Amino acid sequence: MCLAVPMQLVAVEENGMGVVEQDGIRFGVGLMLVESPAIGDYLLVHAGYAIEKLDTAEADARLALFRSLAEIARQETGAEVTLVAPPRPPGKDP
Amino acid sequence: MNYRDGFRRMEAAGHFRRRLADHGRQLAREGRVVRLMEVCGSHTMAIARYAIRDFLPAGIRLVSGPGCPVCVTDPGYLDAAIELADRGVIVSTFGDMVRVPGSRSTLAQARAEGGRVEVCYSPMSALELARNHPASEVVFLAVGFETTVAPVIAMLDAAVSQGIGNLSLLTAFKRIPPALAALISDPGIRIDGLLCPAHVSAIIGADAYLPFAETHGVACVVAGFEPLDILLGLDGLLQQYLSGKARVDNQYARVVKPGGNRQALALMDRYLLPGDASWRGLGTIPASALNLRPEFSRFDAGNRHGLILQPGRLNPGCLCGEILKGKLAPEECPLFGGACHPDRPLGPCMVSSEGNCAAAFRYGGKVGMASGVCA
Ligand code: SF4
Repeated sequence: MCLAVPMQLVAVEENGMGVVEQDGIRFGVGLMLVESPAIGDYLLVHAGYAIEKLDTAEADARLALFRSLAEIARQETGAEVTLVAPPRPPGKDP
Repeated sequence: MNYRDGFRRMEAAGHFRRRLADHGRQLAREGRVVRLMEVCGSHTMAIARYAIRDFLPAGIRLVSGPGCPVCVTDPGYLDAAIELADRGVIVSTFGDMVRVPGSRSTLAQARAEGGRVEVCYSPMSALELARNHPASEVVFLAVGFETTVAPVIAMLDAAVSQGIGNLSLLTAFKRIPPALAALISDPGIRIDGLLCPAHVSAIIGADAYLPFAETHGVACVVAGFEPLDILLGLDGLLQQYLSGKARVDNQYARVVKPGGNRQALALMDRYLLPGDASWRGLGTIPASALNLRPEFSRFDAGNRHGLILQPGRLNPGCLCGEILKGKLAPEECPLFGGACHPDRPLGPCMVSSEGNCAAAFRYGGKVGMASGVCA
């Protein structure tokens, strides 16, 4: 039920509502559960409501860590490291 | 900036594969086996989807926990929801609930027989239904953990301030920490580390797990749902376990604060009080429910519609209860994939998109393995 992908806030409306965008798709979300949402914020959305803001400094630091781990792995093995399987396609979709 | 692909670009995964292999060798030398539990259904799904178990050497066992709200809900709750639909109430619900078996029937059947069951993605839809059908009663099936409780209560708060009088909640809200406490103190279950849920923690905060580390010595890492987050989390749990020092690591600090989302918690506290709840498989756990405060009982569907919730009857062959405790793997249920199939599920763990049996069936992996799997 949880959408892990942060979505960017592109409009703040009255009644505690806002509009977020991800991959060019926009939809309305409730903003009542986050403190002072501002346009440009990345929000975690669950069941139609933003439940928390993404701390982009933390996210960038983590991405940098993963990039450097990938770089170390590349140097150690001398080659491109095996990519982990992309999401496995659901074999037998319910 | 895209905050998704970077957490899935898996060149960095090689690093974690080697780290986990190192941990595996140390465990083998010491003759130890570590049992880690992922608590949250969304983790269960991501672990299956990205084949994370393929990273784990022998000696590291990853078991699935009770973190699927639909799965732990008593069939008696479904019976009450079905009764409401039969009485002509508009029932608004997340899609997962529709096919979960109650004692005798499902909401899907109630709908086929003329009941009004409306599936929604957000509780906001229930508010709209109530506004658009002022002459009808609308009941929202308020099932979920803290992550879902917050949005539902935000919706209720809007209903209260807008003076909407024909909407109520049939609550089966559940809290994760009391369930973890029950699991950890069950002598029949050994848990060495907890991969703590991402978005439940966004609401309750990383500090909620401190008692498990400090009092019970169980390693805790709060981890995101992306594959690299999960691998980093597992590596962190192994480090804690092997060093013998349990603590709470928040590896999802980009979202989770130590004290959680204070605005959401304050709103929840205004409307809700903890109470006892019965969990499928785990029995009654004190303070694990969140019920509407007495002053809001007019929004309690049980009260409003004079429902008496009774424990329902489970399909006697369904082993969901054992699977939710991490004691059995879905494949160990004799009905798995045969009599119980996503097209004709016998138990909730096969219905819910987050259910352990559904994850095992969809991805064919060993999900919730009690007996472990090695790469
Ligand atoms: S396979 Fe079906 S019957 Fe068996 S435990 Fe899972 S949901 Fe229950």
